Amino acid sequence: MSLYKAETRRLVKRRFTKWLVIGSLVVLAAIAAGVFLSNQKVGPAQVTQAKADAERDFQGAVQQTTQDQQRCEAAKGTADAANWPPDCSQLYQPSREDFDYHNYMPSTFAFKTTFTVMVTTLAAIFALMAFVIGASFVGAEWNSGGMMNLLLWRPQRLKVLGTKLAALLVGLAALTTVTLVAWTGFFWLVGKLRGDTNGMTSGVWQSLALTEVRALVLVLAAAALGFGLASLGRHTALALGAAVGAVIVFQFGLVTVLSLAKVRFAEAFLAPYWVSAWMDKSVKIEDWNTCDFSSSQGCEPATLTITWPMAGGVLALIIALVVGAAMWTMRSRDIT
Amino acid sequence: MSAVLEIAGLQKTYRSRKGVRKALDGFDMVVEAGQVHGFLGPNGSGKTTTLRTLLGLITPNGGRMSLLGKEVPAALPEVAGQVGAIVESPQFFGPFSAKDTLSLLADAGGVDQRRVFEVLELVGLRDRAKDRVKTYSLGMKQRLAVASALLKNPRLLILDEPANGLDPGGIREMRTLMRNLAESGMTVLLSSHILGEIQLICDSVTIISAGRRVAAGSVADVLAQHSSTSVRVRVESDLDMPAAADALREAGVQVSLEQDHLMVRNVDKPAVITRALAARELYVSELAPVTVDLESVFLELTGTAPVDGQHRQVDQSALNPAQGAWGQ
Repeated sequence: MSLYKAETRRLVKRRFTKWLVIGSLVVLAAIAAGVFLSNQKVGPAQVTQAKADAERDFQGAVQQTTQDQQRCEAAKGTADAANWPPDCSQLYQPSREDFDYHNYMPSTFAFKTTFTVMVTTLAAIFALMAFVIGASFVGAEWNSGGMMNLLLWRPQRLKVLGTKLAALLVGLAALTTVTLVAWTGFFWLVGKLRGDTNGMTSGVWQSLALTEVRALVLVLAAAALGFGLASLGRHTALALGAAVGAVIVFQFGLVTVLSLAKVRFAEAFLAPYWVSAWMDKSVKIEDWNTCDFSSSQGCEPATLTITWPMAGGVLALIIALVVGAAMWTMRSRDIT
Repeated sequence: MSAVLEIAGLQKTYRSRKGVRKALDGFDMVVEAGQVHGFLGPNGSGKTTTLRTLLGLITPNGGRMSLLGKEVPAALPEVAGQVGAIVESPQFFGPFSAKDTLSLLADAGGVDQRRVFEVLELVGLRDRAKDRVKTYSLGMKQRLAVASALLKNPRLLILDEPANGLDPGGIREMRTLMRNLAESGMTVLLSSHILGEIQLICDSVTIISAGRRVAAGSVADVLAQHSSTSVRVRVESDLDMPAAADALREAGVQVSLEQDHLMVRNVDKPAVITRALAARELYVSELAPVTVDLESVFLELTGTAPVDGQHRQVDQSALNPAQGAWGQ
């Protein structure tokens, strides 16, 4: 327990951790403020105004069309006729349906439909933060010689690395949970003040809670991945380098090559699709190379659906491999 | 007296694309309780590898080790609380203060936080305890390293080059500290290149060269085993030096002609010299017995004495040039 307490203190005491957490919270606060300020509650006055705006634009379009028809008729037999259709009745005729007042409504925050996007936003920002904190927490220890000092005090390598990882994950889990609760509370308030909270049944709340749990898991997985990679390379830069390398090689290089080779579902190699599947329960990838286009049927591409259990399985496998390898090397490699 | 540290036949081999290198080649060492024991060896001789292996940071390829009567590395978690150590240069996380650094170590090792202030006082860092370590000089980091090793109030203290970077006052303070710790019953294993210091404060020494022990015992014994009854002789005129050398050789003693003096070895009685020279009407202007010190013994045993016009490489020894170097 004393080692766990020491590692938790070390994590919290690090200035880098503090600044990264503060930076992430500032970004979230800016997003929250932007959403709050760019939305407003919709009532009869806004509906009336939207209908008036739609009607005004409709009347303007009718007037413009009338003028165009007159100019079209007048141009017949002149050189200007080339600029107009032969039959002036083919000119666009505006209809009221084209000017639906809903499109003129101000932006409003519907908690039920919009909040999951905000959860994904938080998960993405916190996952990035957790990856860097995880990498630097163990990488800086290796790099500065702190790990060697610690092992002179506690010559139990797996216990030391495992306790460090546990302190990191518990600390980040606490921070993420508190932030998610505050995030939910804030956007519930935004819904009340700048939108609506309609349709929030117990089933919807349950689904929302599961999304937040998946967000938490994503953050912790990113932390473990950063921690594992930095521990393998015994330097923070290795984790960051591996992340940059993965982006360049997989996200750009490999997918470009696979696309050129017309490999089916090349997008399945893009990490954002898997993250999206994890957060949004599923994501559908369409293979446009298999599209058999006909004027009557249109394009029917083959599809691949990545579900959240599939994404979770891949995530678990990657984490197990990286953290397992980090533990194995910690146990077997000399510390020089 | 019981041994608190025992090493027998320790072996460590490094393999790389360049070949195989034996860093430790059947090394032995014994440190008795309550002693200040010097651990000497040239660069690359295996000192730090020995200490790292002893402390569980490196896995050996063979041999046995024990600390405080327990076989290590198996019993290392059991005895680690009684062994304070610094290995090689002091390394700490720069952005933390000395107080935070020690406080975190105290937490990790279950040591009372009050001990942090005691050791900071002991090594003279009390007034700089809240400064970040990255603002410290090498000597201050060294003091902090010693403080971290003393934090546990250990029975065995292992210090690798503790005087490195210290100013003359700091070296003297460190010497006094080592002595006081030994007097309080703590055993101190001290690795150092400052042989004068070792000779001053150590009760016993082990000298390692090319991964093997080349000498061990009390400082007095090691000096005695390697001292020779040499005498430096000068005569009134430097021009008479060759004639004096001939006279001494005829008297049956070993003599070498140096730049401005004669070095006479294995002479029991200096009177033999004066008598032989006086018989040729050569008169002595200086007759001085040469006292051996730890440095000369070290250089002789490790074969690392500088030779004019040669640049000795790390791992290279005049006694055994191939030992310790990378080989197939």
